[in-house]
Parts: sequence; C-alpha cells; structure tokens
Amino acid sequence: MSQDYHRYEIKEPVGWLDKPNAVKRFFFAIYLICGALLAAEFLLFSAENAHPHPLEESMRFLVYPIYGFISFWFLVLVAKPMRKLLIRSEDYYEGGSGDAE
Amino acid sequence: MLSSLPPFVLFFVGAVVIAFTRGTARKVLILAIPLVGGLNLWFGVEPGLHLQFDLLGYTLMPYRADKLSLLFGYLFHLAAFLGFVYALHLGDGTPEGSVAGEVGEDDIVGNASAGLQHVAAMVYAGSALGAVFAGDFITLFIFWELLAISSVFLVWARNSERSYATGFRYLIIHVISGVLLLSGALMLAHKTGSIAFDHVGLAGTGAAGWILLLSFGIKAGFPLLHNWITEAYPESTPTGTVFLSAFTTKVAVYALARSFAGTDVLIYIGTAMTFFPIFYAVLENDLRRVLGYSMINQIGFMVAGIGIGTGMAVNGAVAHAFADVIFKGLLFMSIGAVMTMTGRTKGTDLGGIYKTMPFTAGLCIVGASAISAFPLFSAFVTKSMIMVAAIEEHHYIVWLFMLFASAGVLEHAGIKIPFFSFFAHDSGIRAKEPPRNMLIAMSIGAVLCVLIGVFPAQFYTLLPYEMDYHPYDLRHVVTQLQLLAFGALGFITLVKSGVYPDEKRAVHVDAEWFYRKAGPWLVGTIGRAVTRVDVYVRSSVLEFVGSIMHGAERTHGPVGPLAKSWPTGSMVLWVAILLVAYLLFYL
Repeated sequence: MSQDYHRYEIKEPVGWLDKPNAVKRFFFAIYLICGALLAAEFLLFSAENAHPHPLEESMRFLVYPIYGFISFWFLVLVAKPMRKLLIRSEDYYEGGSGDAE
Repeated sequence: MLSSLPPFVLFFVGAVVIAFTRGTARKVLILAIPLVGGLNLWFGVEPGLHLQFDLLGYTLMPYRADKLSLLFGYLFHLAAFLGFVYALHLGDGTPEGSVAGEVGEDDIVGNASAGLQHVAAMVYAGSALGAVFAGDFITLFIFWELLAISSVFLVWARNSERSYATGFRYLIIHVISGVLLLSGALMLAHKTGSIAFDHVGLAGTGAAGWILLLSFGIKAGFPLLHNWITEAYPESTPTGTVFLSAFTTKVAVYALARSFAGTDVLIYIGTAMTFFPIFYAVLENDLRRVLGYSMINQIGFMVAGIGIGTGMAVNGAVAHAFADVIFKGLLFMSIGAVMTMTGRTKGTDLGGIYKTMPFTAGLCIVGASAISAFPLFSAFVTKSMIMVAAIEEHHYIVWLFMLFASAGVLEHAGIKIPFFSFFAHDSGIRAKEPPRNMLIAMSIGAVLCVLIGVFPAQFYTLLPYEMDYHPYDLRHVVTQLQLLAFGALGFITLVKSGVYPDEKRAVHVDAEWFYRKAGPWLVGTIGRAVTRVDVYVRSSVLEFVGSIMHGAERTHGPVGPLAKSWPTGSMVLWVAILLVAYLLFYL
C-alpha cells in the first residue's frame, strides 16, 4: 500500500501557468488592481474612519501604497548584504567548512 | 461529571488508553478526545474556580476558568482536533518525509512510531490545557515542564541524528525556562506570600518579575532566545510540527497576557520580534524554517499588543494568537503535505507541483492570504486591533515598524511560501495530493480562516475584554489592500529586475551560533587552557617534591652521611677526647 505514495504520474500534466502569456496576464491583473486601488484613494477623502487617529489623519495621500512598495525593496536590499555576512554551508553546524555553494 | 474535571485529565487518560490501542480504535479515540473535551468546555464549563486544595502551606488551583483561559481552552481543543485529523494516516504505511530528501522505505511510519507520536501529542495538548487553566504558579510550572518533555518526542520522532541533537537542545532550553519559572514563582511567593497566577508586572516585584518574564520570554521566542523555534520546527515530522506550532508559544502568550499585560518593555520586545525575523525569512531556503521565523514575527505582534495593555490591545493579542494557530497550522500542514508526498521542504528543490497538488496549493494560498491580513481573512480582523491600539496609545514609531513588518509578512508567508513550494521553477516533481485526512484537516483550517474574517463580531464575543471595534470600514479595507497590492507589485519588480535573492542551499547563522559554535569553542578553549595549566602545576609540584626527595635521599639515603651507623670504638674515642678537653679547661 505504501508503494502508492511513491509512484509519480507518468502523464505530463499541464498547469495554467504553462499556457502562453499566463504569467503576463497574471502580472497585468496585479497592475490593474494596483491602478484601481490608486483610484480608490480618492474615495477615502470623504470616507468616515471608524477609528480616527491623528497620525492617519496627517498621513493621507498614497501613504500605504508607497509604504508597501518601498517596504519590499528595503527588505530585500537589506537582506542581500545580510546574506553575505551570515551564509554558511548546510553542514556548517555538523563540522562543515562553512563555505556555502 | 466531566465538566468538574480539569480539561487536561481527559487528554492524559486518553494518552494512556491510546498507548494500548491500535487501528480503528486508536483513530476513533484520538478524534473523540479533543472533540468531547471541546464540546464539554463550550457547553459545560462556566467561569470560576472549579478546583483548589492546600499543599505544604500553599493554595493550589489546578482548575480556574475565566474568559481568557476559556478562549485558549477552546483554541487548544480545536488545534488538537485539527492536528489529529491531519495525523490520522500515521501507521497506515504513509511516508512521513525523509531526511535525505527522497522518500524511502525508512520513512514509512510504523505502528509503534505512530503510537508514540499520538501519545506525545495527546500529553502535549493536555499539558497546554493544564497550563492555561492553572490558577497558581506551581501548577503552571508542572505543566510548563510537561509541555517540554512531551513535545520533544515530536522532534525525536523524525528519527534522525540531527533531530536527536536538536531535540536535546530544545529540551535543555525549555527545562531552563521551567527552572526560571519555579525560581521566579518562589521569589514572588517569598515577597508577596502568594503563588496565584495573576498579574505580576515588573513594578514592585523586583527580580521575581524579571525572572518570570525571562521564563515566559524563552517559550515565547523573545529576540536572542528564539532559535529553539527555528531549529526544532524544521527538524520535526510533518505532523509533529503542526502540533509544535500550536501549543508552546501560545501558552507563553497566554502567560504574558495574564501576568504582564501593560508592561511597557514588551511593546519594544514585541516590535523587535515583528521586525528582525522577516529579513531571515527572505533568505532561508527551508520553507519550514521560514515559517518558524514567521511564527516569531506573528508572536511579536501579540507581545507588543500585550505590552500596550489596553483592553483592545490585549483582545487583539489573544485574538491574533487564536487566528495564528489556525492559519499558521494551515501553512505548516500544507508544507507538511508537500514534505510527506515529495520528501522535500526546500525552495531550491520544489516548484511546479501545483499541477499535481492543486488542492494543497489552493489551501496553502488561503493560509497565506489569512496571515497576510487580506480583508475577509482572519488576521485582517485580529492584527488590526493591535495596530489601532498602538496608534490610540500614541506609539507611532512602533506602529510604523509594525506596518513594515505587515508588508514583510506578505513577502515571506503570503508570497514566498506558496510561490517557491508550488510555483516558481518546475522542479519536475509530480507528486500526488496527500492522504484525504490531511486535505480534510487543511480544509477545516481554511474554512475557519475565512469564517473568522467574515464574521468577526461573533468571534469578538469570545474575547476577554469589552470593546467597540469594527474592522470593516472603507478606509481600513482600502488602505490594507493598497499596502498588500503594492507590496506584491514590489515583489514583481524585484523578481523581474533580478534583485530578488535566489534560494541557496545554505544555512544562515543566527543567535543559535552562540550555543552551537561559540559556546562549544569557548568551553573547548577554556578546557584546553585549564588542562595546560593543570599539567604545568602538576609537573612543577612533582618536580619540587622530587627534588626534596632526592635531597633527602642524598643525606638520609643508604649512602648518605646522616644515615651512617657509627662504630662503638669511635664513640668511646670521642667521649675520651671530650673528657680530656674538659679536664684541660677546668682543672
């Protein structure tokens, strides 16, 4: 019975990402959503805030989109030099040389 | 009758019974115990002190229920039920993932190993329940240690050299936490005369408060004390990790909420916890280790909320703990399912398996959406309470850090986990969907993530403090979507521009370096220095003693001048000479 779990299917499956332009369409959908959310920013001028606070009142226009975008870049740009300092081989703690591939 | 018994009793008795059962009987029992216990708690237990007795001059309260403990009680029954549904196939001949990366016959879980995991998980869940219903620190200490002792078997169940070593380190760290808890409790009892497990704080409690905070902090994964999480979770079995992720850290969050709510230092510790793990999560290759860092990040939000200490903040912290057990459990279950079916958990080895595991991929995406706090998912209605409380209490910098950490959550848990495991490059692996029980457990978790997100008002009635909070207003929905969508846009631009770092077969050293490398090196160096000094002192002393012995031998030895025997004639001669000298001088 256990053998069933080890058997991989022979027929090569086709995923939706294998279809031509699927990735492009996916990215286009993200761009579209981002555009719509930028437009939605104007709705917020008249929207009531259930939990008003001075910081959000003073940080109004496009703060969240800019913060979200920059956060990702900052995260990666800090993590990359961190890797140079911290990276070791997989067997580092088992007595390996410490040099990663 | 059942409602008068502390909830852990059913689990401990159940653990003994399932140790002696096999097959269907065992499967029925492991599902029935959390189900019956949970229903009993929901319908049959009212807040109040249900059991107490005196021992050695102290009043022990093994069963105290209030809204806070009941919330965690429901949560732990639910987590145990989900975990056992997920682990139901153990012993059926299903692989449990492998150490080398390929599934082999050695990875098939035998009946004995399955039984051990079930018994350990049952005692573990019971210990978590015992801890949250404890009304005094001595009872808490007992269950605190039982949590460590029972859960380490879930790490050792992986049955590899690395898991044994990791398990021992895990056990040592948690036993230290227990010893600190007992020490702090005894010092507190000496100072206040009470061992009641209530608010302690740091004001006026002296060293006792700090020692208790440290003890709780070890289990909660405070910065520099956090590596037991990132070490043990990736080394356990796929099913074991699901249990590990549910109980220990949440018991610590509960203990902090009960004893240290409103303690300012927790705001900054919590903020640091939200912040630093997301950098490691970008780099890590082992996806279960990524989830370990994600766990620390999420607990950071809870710890900060407890530190803020207002009713809404503590509600947010415990609500987020509730939601986290479900969505993080779902993510660990989906990666565990991948591990079960492919034997792999590393980003470099995976990818493209959405084609043959579409349901698992979909359920993983639900968990990823929930942890990322998309509207209509659980974290959107829980984490936001902590964020709003931070603003209301004027912790603006803390809020900005937490907002950054929220974007980081999307990066590592929302995108990286599903992307690298199911999509990314095609690894060529064509694994089938996992056993049905795994899919059912993941589906229940996914439904709960959505239910909490869609019906927050019903969920909020379970929370310990009264509050007036409405997560669904236009501003919150739009700004959260903006943060997430533009974060995703940031990810796309990073990948397209080639800036996003590749997954590498490597480890990244963290605070565990101190006890895995520096500690042994220091002990070795000191040991060698002590040995050298010891050898020098010994040889010097021996040389000194030897020279004395040699001198003594020269004078007193068989041929030494002081050892000679004098003949009688010589003595008479000398006496005669002395007599003559005497006569000459005095006569």
